[in-house]
Amino acid sequence: MTWLWSNLDLVWLRTLDHIVLSLPPILLSFVFALPLGWLANRYRPTRGAILSIAGLFYAIPSLPLLFILPVIIGTSLRSPANLIAALTLYGLALMVRVVADGLASVDPDVRQSATAVGFSAWSRFWLVELPLAGPVLLAGVRVVAVSTVSLATVGAVIGAKSLGSLFTDGFQRGIQVEIITGIVATVLLALVLDGAVVLLGRVLMPWTRRTRRIRPAPAAVLGPMPVVRSVA
Amino acid sequence: MNYFTDAVAWLLDPAHYPGPTGIPARLGEQLLFTVVTLVLASVIAIPVGFLIGHTGRGRGIAVATSGGLRAIPTLGLLTLVALWIGIGLGAPYVALTVLAIPPILAGAYTGFEAVNRATIDAARAVGMTELQIVRHVEIPLGLPLLIGGLRSATLQVVATATLAAYVADFGLGRFLFAGLKTNDYAQMLGGSILVILLALVLEGLFAGLQKLVVPRGVAVGRPPVDRKASTRRRPGMEPAITKGI
Repeated sequence: MTWLWSNLDLVWLRTLDHIVLSLPPILLSFVFALPLGWLANRYRPTRGAILSIAGLFYAIPSLPLLFILPVIIGTSLRSPANLIAALTLYGLALMVRVVADGLASVDPDVRQSATAVGFSAWSRFWLVELPLAGPVLLAGVRVVAVSTVSLATVGAVIGAKSLGSLFTDGFQRGIQVEIITGIVATVLLALVLDGAVVLLGRVLMPWTRRTRRIRPAPAAVLGPMPVVRSVA
Repeated sequence: MNYFTDAVAWLLDPAHYPGPTGIPARLGEQLLFTVVTLVLASVIAIPVGFLIGHTGRGRGIAVATSGGLRAIPTLGLLTLVALWIGIGLGAPYVALTVLAIPPILAGAYTGFEAVNRATIDAARAVGMTELQIVRHVEIPLGLPLLIGGLRSATLQVVATATLAAYVADFGLGRFLFAGLKTNDYAQMLGGSILVILLALVLEGLFAGLQKLVVPRGVAVGRPPVDRKASTRRRPGMEPAITKGI
């Protein structure tokens, strides 16, 4: 425990590094997933193509992807940008399906009513479909947030600084407390971000506060991939 | 793009094939490790998952545990166990078995839960014992989701086994770390390509298997979208297994 007290500032620094690494992928994957998910939901042929490509990306192991990305997009191997790009890809792979499913969950009657009262396709998307798909999207962002925070630690083995650096450093120097501190800090950060996403959801979607539907934990909605990926 | 030709040249170089540190040996190590880990995790997770799915009890605990385990960083667990039991294959086996349990467990119990209750009631009504219901109704109908769970567990294990080369001298991950140490980009990239190919091949095999195990006369997946009727699905409602025509 003495290690922890004398290295609190190091843990704090790595936590900040970790936040800098994990926030952009969570935001970017959501932003990129919106048009792709819309496209996947709108047309039948694109649905299959986009969702299978997303599935394939999700299947690519993270460490090899970190090695290959620099060659494809020109980032430097040990740079934060490389890790952020990889994490964004994973987040995107998850979110595209969630956005497509979320938009599909909007009642067709509501969609047709919106068209009937004169919404254009553009304003119908932003003012009707997106808010109604909100709870599904929220569950998806929660999963992306938690898994991004956890996955960001992997960069440590190639030298990208994060809370994962506490694992590699603790392992090389044989300090158990350092690794345990890293694990606890990562899980705490994941929980804090998860909570922040839930809070943001409540602020942005006040109507979900009153009608308390069964709100399952993210793991129940999307946790195991097989449930998310439709078998067909 | 020059890097890619270097990597392909590295992959095709016959000097990288023979011996215990050659490509086939490393590939074999990674595959064997993946299979053993999956068997270990399945032996624990499948019976427990079936029990949860059949009785409907303990689901809350299972969901919470799976969610919690999801947040735990693999690398942290791996290095911590490696410090406890020493450098070598022991640590990766323990760490990855623990990580492979949640998806298999979830696949097992969600498979049972997805079975139409009326089907189970009918089985009970025609006089099947509980054990017969499990064996002849719930397991066959829940199999696609169980295979789905195995599929994501396999992906996770085969990917993380690469990371395990950080604490043990084995598997395709060795090429990545050795290349990283000596700044040998061809080796890093070649190793990465091998791991990605392996993962994609396994993914493809499982996707095929998942289609294969659907019993005849049963359609799995979401019901067809009927744009005329209200087909609103609420969050948290999983597509149920629907009977075919």
